[in-house]
This record gives sequence, structure tokens and C-alpha cells, in this order.
Amino acid sequence: MRRRIHSSCNEFGLTMSVTSRCPTMNWMPLAANFREDLRAALDTAKPTGCLEKLASLAGYRLGFLETVQLDRAFGRLDLKEAPPGFLPIRLAVLSSSTVDQLAPAIRVAGLRRRLLIDVHIGAYGQYRQDVLDPSSSLRQFAPQTMLFSLSGREVIAGVPLTATLEEVDRIIARFIGELRSLWQKARETYNAAIIQQTFIDVTDPLFGSYDRLVPGAPTRVLARLNDRLCEAAAQDGVLILDVARVSERDGIDAWFDAGSWLQGKLEIAPQAAPLYGDLVARILAAQRGQSKKCLVLDLDNTLWGGVIGDDGLEGIVIGEGSAAGEAHLALQRYAKQLKERGIILAVCSKNDAKTAEAVFHEHPEMLLRRSDIAAFLANWDDKAENLKTIATRLNIGIDSLVFVDDNPVERARIRQSLPAVAVPELPDDAAHYVRCLSDAGYFEAVALTSEDRHRAELYEANAKREALLGSAQSMDDFLRGLEMSVVCGPFTTVDLARIVQLFNKTNQFNATTRRYTSEEITHFAGLPNVLTLQFRLLDRIGDNGLVSAMILRPTADEEKMLEIDNWIMSCRVFGRRLEFEAMNIAVEAARQLGIKGFVADYIATPKNSVISALYPSLGFTAVSELKVPNGATRWFLNLADYVAHQSYIARAGVGA
Amino acid sequence: MTDQEILTKLTRILRDLLLDDSIVLTMETQREEVPNWDSFNYINFIVATEIEFGVKFKVADIESFPNVGAIVAELKNASSLDVHARG
Repeated sequence: MRRRIHSSCNEFGLTMSVTSRCPTMNWMPLAANFREDLRAALDTAKPTGCLEKLASLAGYRLGFLETVQLDRAFGRLDLKEAPPGFLPIRLAVLSSSTVDQLAPAIRVAGLRRRLLIDVHIGAYGQYRQDVLDPSSSLRQFAPQTMLFSLSGREVIAGVPLTATLEEVDRIIARFIGELRSLWQKARETYNAAIIQQTFIDVTDPLFGSYDRLVPGAPTRVLARLNDRLCEAAAQDGVLILDVARVSERDGIDAWFDAGSWLQGKLEIAPQAAPLYGDLVARILAAQRGQSKKCLVLDLDNTLWGGVIGDDGLEGIVIGEGSAAGEAHLALQRYAKQLKERGIILAVCSKNDAKTAEAVFHEHPEMLLRRSDIAAFLANWDDKAENLKTIATRLNIGIDSLVFVDDNPVERARIRQSLPAVAVPELPDDAAHYVRCLSDAGYFEAVALTSEDRHRAELYEANAKREALLGSAQSMDDFLRGLEMSVVCGPFTTVDLARIVQLFNKTNQFNATTRRYTSEEITHFAGLPNVLTLQFRLLDRIGDNGLVSAMILRPTADEEKMLEIDNWIMSCRVFGRRLEFEAMNIAVEAARQLGIKGFVADYIATPKNSVISALYPSLGFTAVSELKVPNGATRWFLNLADYVAHQSYIARAGVGA
Repeated sequence: MTDQEILTKLTRILRDLLLDDSIVLTMETQREEVPNWDSFNYINFIVATEIEFGVKFKVADIESFPNVGAIVAELKNASSLDVHARG
């Protein structure tokens, strides 16, 4: 009998010669009473109440059967429109194999993130026709995101085993070229964001290890194909769904099942669907700025072994020399790498502050230093309260936090009192902490901007500015002393990724919470009557980066009027009067176009109350007779009456 | 595991899968007799059963199970083989 070497999903202990291997989502907590809870949710009278319960059930570790069940319950809901707090998304999956088994898991993973994903499955093997045929049902569906889920089989089939490297490259180039024109066509037609799946390697060895040295060997062709695919995607601004990587991590038998392929041409085995769905939803959420932003770390038995308060500096286990010490060090190293890519680090620990900080200052084996931690809360207060303080202090939403703690009681407490905080179910052994945290995919990215690379420095610079504010006589004094200047102009291609990121990540200074894909932004920027503005703020401490953007478009019914479709500003520069200078700039630019007035909506959300008085403070007046849906308020500015505001911000130039 | 125990488990799987607690399976039940148990959900049922029992059915068997009883028999066969292999 073959031993089960991978986690099988079965709970009954019955085994056979070949067992079903499933990727499991170990970072999520197990549900105690899934069946009962699901049926109770279905008995909830109001659809919105039921949806809330289903969304919270989706946060548990669900296997294949639970996922299908939850999706069925979701499908029974009669929702006329997305309730507040839920975002609808239309996703088309175009494929060269059967992908129907993936749709329930994609919807459930969406629910987990409060995304209501409407999944359109293209005709089997018809991905080309779906894109090219103007009468396809895809047109009616009008996807916002299109996922190409393709098999590598057709490419491999076209490569003779004896092909030279040049021949292989030619075949791959032809295939990639065709794919790129499909991407372009899909974008032109639907204005949709494109996600391309990597090719999973289901090939069997022919020469053994020597396969890697034979250009025409299937596994070699596939590796090269994935390389070329990702190069093309990077050039074309297409996002990648890297199932090749994940299926390697889990083992190909967890992802591909020859039986499923033979029975129904399923390239991705149904038991892998729950994880597949989660991988897709991560990207969709990341596109909308919903990835996590801050890693909050516990200290004792998380960042090091032992308890500093009991064991002292000499007693805790950290660093090279012991396996346990290296395990904790590995978590520190991973956290430091996350910091380098723009994730903010914080500490939340039940400890005496001085004792805890001393480890960071004095322990020679510590990789993380006190300066790496943007918010350090070591005290004896409730951790839920401390997490709220961290979010407030960093000016980010509580739902941007990931809380890593070895203590199951603390984890349960946070999950219960702050359900928006992500709390990975850490394994018992510190050796697997990093794997658990990285598998969870909390920090999924859709871009790496220069702001990301410098975020840690930006936070440090802000600390310096705060110190300056403390020593200033008055707010005006402080602002004058900063010697601020702004670089502004229409959206530029080089800043596109950052602009998209700002529109999608900003929750506080966000007037309408309208989110845009990079395709939509490019579209806006290209329209002749649309005014786009981006603002970069500099001061004597440093460059704050590109921190604000505005889209003004013609109104439907009035000429010489522009409507602010949306306006966002990074919380990093709140209180610097940039909004006043930005409006000065917008008014000047609009006057040059002969515009007479601006209208603007403020659509209140749970997070943007900080700008509830923005428009009146800028001189806009309320448009009382107009009723706008969503509880929005509508504002009007007559440019003839506009008097430029005092701002202490000089113009450093126009352009990027 | 007795036939009845296996049948009870299969019933539970199908009830969950189709979210229909009124489903009653017997050894003689055929797929066409159960509302909504179409070919797509048959594959889902097979996958869920394989996962829960920790087994893999043969492709040829999946295509030709005449009724639920045949699935029960195959699962019972698998479990006895396993006991044998363990011994």
C-alpha cells in the first residue's frame, strides 16, 4: 500500500491504494458546525442577513464539498443589487479545458472578501471565438475582468520531441503572439482587465532528469512557455495567475487528476478548486485595493521563542545556532522582506514596553530592529483595542491588518471582536510559520510602484514631520516651515500604476469610492473632454510621492461643466492643505478650457467621513433639489466666484 | 463499515452537495431518480465521496455504476482491501 504522503482531505481514516490529495488552506480556522450554520443561514429571513452569514462562513477552512454547498446557498439568495459593504464584479473565465468546476470556488472565495463575483464561463475550448465573435454571449455579459485559463497541451502537441531550441522558440513565439493579440482585442472590446493563468506542468518524464536538457521535451517546452508568457504579460500590463507555482508547491497530484481529465477534460482537478478560487479572488481583491497593508506581530513565541518577561534577554530563543531560534529568525526575515516591498510592520504584544523594546535594541541576533516597526504596542491592554490603536495611528483601515500570534486564545478573541482583521491559524511548529503566512496570500500585489519601494522611508519621514509639528508655534508656522511644493499635471503613462493603486487603495480621502482598472484610467486619460490631474507633494524633509489624483469629466446634461468623477488623496499628507492647492490648480486648468463650473458628489462610506465637509470647505454649495442615490450629497462650484485658497504650497512645475 | 453506514454517509454527501435534506438514497437508487443530480453533480458527488472516504475510483467504474448500491459495494471492497493491506 502506498502511504499517504500529503494531507488528504478525508476525516474517516479509510484508505486505499491511491488516495485523493487536496491542497488545504491551513491558514484558515476550521468551522465547528458548518452544516448546521449553513442551514441556519438559509433560514435567515432577509437575504442581506443571510449573505452576511454566508460571507462569515466563507472565512473558514472549507473543503471541496463545503465550498460547493456554500455556493449553492449563495445561488439561492435573491439579491436585487449588492448590499452595502459588498462589491459586485463581473468575471469571465475563458478556457481551453473544462472550468465549470472552478466557478463555485471563485464565488465563495469572493464572498470571503465581500466581493459578489458574477462568473461567466466561456464555451469549452472556445476562448478565441469568445473574444473575437461579436455576437458571443460574452458581449452581453460585459466582463470587467477576463481570466484566460489555458492548458499547455496544444503548444506541446505542436512541438516534435526532436525540435531544436530555435524551433521550439518559434512555435512558442507564434502562440504567445496570437495570445497577445487576443489580450489586446479583449481589452479594446470590453475595456476589461486581463488575467492570464500560467500553464501547469502535467507532463510525464520521457528521458528522466535529462528532460531538462532536451529542448523539445514537454516539461522543458512548458517551462519556456511560462517564461515567455510572463515576459509578454509584464510588457502588456496583463496580470498573472500563477497556478504553475502553486501546483508545484502543493504537488501536481493535488492539482491534476488524470481521471478528471479523462472524464471531463478538467485541467484543474475539482479538489483543487477551493484554493484555485482563492487565488483568483486574491487578485480581484488586490485590483480593488483590498489586499492587506500591515503585518502586526506578536512577540513571545512568535518573533522569538520563549517569554522575554520570564526568560530575559539571555533566555529567549532567537538566531543562528539552534533550529528553533532559526525558525523564529525566518519569520523575522520574511517580515523584513515584506517591509522592503512596502508592507508596514507593527507589534502588538502583552509585555512591558521597555522590556520588549530592549530586545530590538540590544539582542545581537535580532534581525528586525525597532526602526523597522512603524507602530509598537507592548502593554497589558486588550489586543483588540491595541489593534484599533495601530490602525488609527497608521491611518489605515482595521481591515488592512494581518495579526500573527501563536496563542490560539488571542487569535479567537480577535476573530470574534474584529472580524475584518485577518488572523492566520499559525501551526504549532514555528518552523512552518512563514509557509502559513505566505500561503495565505494576504499581501497579493498587482503592481510594484516606486511608492511601494520607498514606503518605509515615507513613514519614517512622516515621523520626522510630526516631530517638527510638535516644536512649531502654530499650524501655519509648521506648514510654512515645511517649505512644500507641488508637481502637477495630467495623468502620465509612467505614473499609471501608482494612480490606479491610489484610486483603488484609498478609502478615507475618497470622494465617491469609484474604483478604476488601469484600462479605465487609460481610457479616461485619452478622452478629449476629460481633465485628469495628478499631484506629487515635496517638502524639505523629502518627496511624499504621488499622493493625489482627480478625474473631471463632462456632465451628461450641461455644457461647460465638469463633474469630479472621483478625487483621492493619500492619508500620508492629510492636514497639509494640499486639497486647497489641488482645487486651485483644478480651477485654473478648467478655466483655460472655458469651463464655468464644477459639480461633485460626496458618497459617504463607513471610511470616508474625514472628508464629509471637504466640498463646502473649498467653497462649493449644496445642490439641494438634486436627489442622488446612495445617500450621496451633491455640490456645485461656480468658477467665476472662486477665490484661490491660501495653502503654503508652491508650484514646483508641471508634469510628472 | 456496514452497507447501511456507507449508505448513510453517501446520503449525507448528496444532501450537502445539492443542499436538499429531503433526499433519501437506497441501494437501488439510480441517478435519474434524484432531482438535480445531473452529470455535473454526479462528478461532484464522486469527487466528494473520494475525498471523504480517502479513495479513488477507477475511471471505468465511475462511468458504469448502475446504482448507488454499486458505489457502496466498491467502497466496502476498498475498505476491506485496505484492512487486508494493513494486516
